Amino acid sequence: MTDLYQSQRAMRNMRRAAMQRGVVAVLDVGSSKIACLVLQFDGTEDIREDGLGSLAGQSQFRVIGAATTRSRGVRFGEVDAMAETERAIRTAVQAAQKMAQTRVDHVIACFSGARPRSYGLAGEIELHDGQVSEQDVARVLAACDVPDFGVGREVLHAHPVNFAIDHRSGLGDPRGHVGNKLAADMHLLTIDTTAVQNLLHCIKRCDLEIAGLASSSYVSGLSSLVEDEQELGAACIDMGGGATGLSIFIKKHMIFADSVRLGGDHVTSDISKGLQVPLTTAERIKTIHGGVHATGMDDREMIEIGSDCGDWEKDRRQVSRTELIGIMRPRVEEILEEIRALLDAAGFDQLPSQQIVLTGGASQIPGLDMLAARILGQNVRLGRPLRVQGLPQAATGAAFASTVGLCLFAAHPQDEWWDFEIPAERYPARSLRRAMKWFKDNW
Amino acid sequence: MRSLGGADRRYSDPAPRRDPAPSRLAFRIERLWLTPMFRVALRVGVPFVLAASVAGGYLADDERRASLQQSLADLRRSVEERPEFMVRLMAIDGASEPVAKAIRGMLPVTLPASSFHIDLGALRAAIAQIDAVAGAELHIRKGGVLQVTVTEREPVILWRQAAGLEMLDAGGHRVATLLDRTARPDLPVIAGEGADALVGEAMAILAAAGPVGDRIRGLVRMGERRWDIVLDRDQRILLPETDPVTAVQRVIALDQAEDLLGRDVVVVDMRDDRRPTIRLAAGEGEKLTIMNTEVTGQ
Repeated sequence: MTDLYQSQRAMRNMRRAAMQRGVVAVLDVGSSKIACLVLQFDGTEDIREDGLGSLAGQSQFRVIGAATTRSRGVRFGEVDAMAETERAIRTAVQAAQKMAQTRVDHVIACFSGARPRSYGLAGEIELHDGQVSEQDVARVLAACDVPDFGVGREVLHAHPVNFAIDHRSGLGDPRGHVGNKLAADMHLLTIDTTAVQNLLHCIKRCDLEIAGLASSSYVSGLSSLVEDEQELGAACIDMGGGATGLSIFIKKHMIFADSVRLGGDHVTSDISKGLQVPLTTAERIKTIHGGVHATGMDDREMIEIGSDCGDWEKDRRQVSRTELIGIMRPRVEEILEEIRALLDAAGFDQLPSQQIVLTGGASQIPGLDMLAARILGQNVRLGRPLRVQGLPQAATGAAFASTVGLCLFAAHPQDEWWDFEIPAERYPARSLRRAMKWFKDNW
Repeated sequence: MRSLGGADRRYSDPAPRRDPAPSRLAFRIERLWLTPMFRVALRVGVPFVLAASVAGGYLADDERRASLQQSLADLRRSVEERPEFMVRLMAIDGASEPVAKAIRGMLPVTLPASSFHIDLGALRAAIAQIDAVAGAELHIRKGGVLQVTVTEREPVILWRQAAGLEMLDAGGHRVATLLDRTARPDLPVIAGEGADALVGEAMAILAAAGPVGDRIRGLVRMGERRWDIVLDRDQRILLPETDPVTAVQRVIALDQAEDLLGRDVVVVDMRDDRRPTIRLAAGEGEKLTIMNTEVTGQ
């Protein structure tokens, strides 16, 4: 684990170097599309008349290059075919570079798969000198008892969520407080090592340096949930192509994240199988005519399926929209049921506010919010990502929630475990001290 | 019989769609091209090096270099020697004959010459070196005439030295050497070390001594401190270091009231500003008596 701890630290340094250079790319490796944005950090925020910053203070960067390409070789949000994925990443990065007219060396990536799993950690230490110092924070984080999450899993996110001193809880920043006991709660997100290593290898093959890694469900929560939702408690459901991510936020911290390995691609493949059409046709029919609520009108709305096989009868087939909805709805329901199960397991019903925000490409199915309200609870809305400066109109839709969230993550990363100091006991300096002690003892 | 190949081609799949992804090499080249330093090097450095190497290769040959220099020099001369730029005459205004002759001798080129070869600034400085010249204006007039307008120094006083007489202007600057005093009887004479530095004061003293002007033979600077007025009949007026003009006025007043200078006085000593002291020219006995009286008086 120290290994990953070090590599995350290295990524943070890389991110700082990228900020200094002023250009960093964000890369969203999804199952249906790979999006790459090139961000330029200039640090100069133009002051408006009313003294507020524009874009919720996110205007210190602007998007100068954006490109999307159809994803190849990615399934369930994980790399399936390395060479294909590498080529797709290269396509996206090159197009974005071309638009930005600059070279990007640092990339911050996110992905939705790799079976994320959440753990809540708690740690407690006695304070030596009454007042909490940086070292004490580091010690209490180190004192968190890490659960045995098994071999082949690594920590992706480790957010300190809450600090408590004696019996005062809910502290955001405990430094300087006086007390006897310091306790910390930490949210740990682990993922499959192999999946992330495959992705890192693909990105390295494109001559890019990794300046950060994030879970897609986390960053889409960052961009789709508004501030009070993050504060009061909300769940963000990012319905992607191959996986549906879930993240629960409260007090501006993510406390739970998980993903279901089902998404819009499964709906497409159902349509393809059910109507016996190619996948591309199925995708087109889904996006143009898709829905989840059948009405009497839909019986009369006939959809030309079309085909190119040369058989006139087959090429002129038509289905009613009701039939299409009849194919799509069970699969969407299944996805939502799975999410519901995850929410129940996470104890979402205990939260004070139970807002649910649907985002991601598959959330654009008409009528999804009504269906979701029936399955997940009454407080459901469709979310679109925050607006960031310079983002092309084509990339402002719900499908780009995690891409935009990654921009916010790049600009203002939340403090993670590895951003704090290394506790003194863990330094290699200890061996030096031992050597000194040996000298003292023997002379 | 039709070839099977043709039929095959017709029914075979169309060529597989080209992958839009750039190859690794294309990706790297594009990234290299987007590197600012590389771009600058390519857009500025390569043409520069090419041009420099072509020029260097051409100039490497001695003969070519010489012919290039020759043609450049020819071009320059052809422009310089156009009739518009030629100076044919030199007109000198405001200078006396010897000065004009000296100025003509100073022109470094023989006329006609191109105006590019005449350095007016240097020529003007050279002309200003002549003592008799206070200032000179030079310009090249239309029609190829070098116009020299000279302001000569006006001699106001003569300075007698061991070597001879020098004429000085009001600022004490030498104008010319005078061989014969009688050539300029109108100018007063001064003498002594450092007298030339105080021509203005001397002129003021002489002006103050106007009423006895016809009797003044000259002024003598004594010890580089003060002036003596030397009159005919070997009379002297010794002036103080400070404010000599007032002392002169007092002497003149005394003279006009008492006819002091008309009497048998050798020296009028005004160095002590409280009282003038005079020395009489007389027989020895009388002189002693006066001296005794002076001594007893003190």
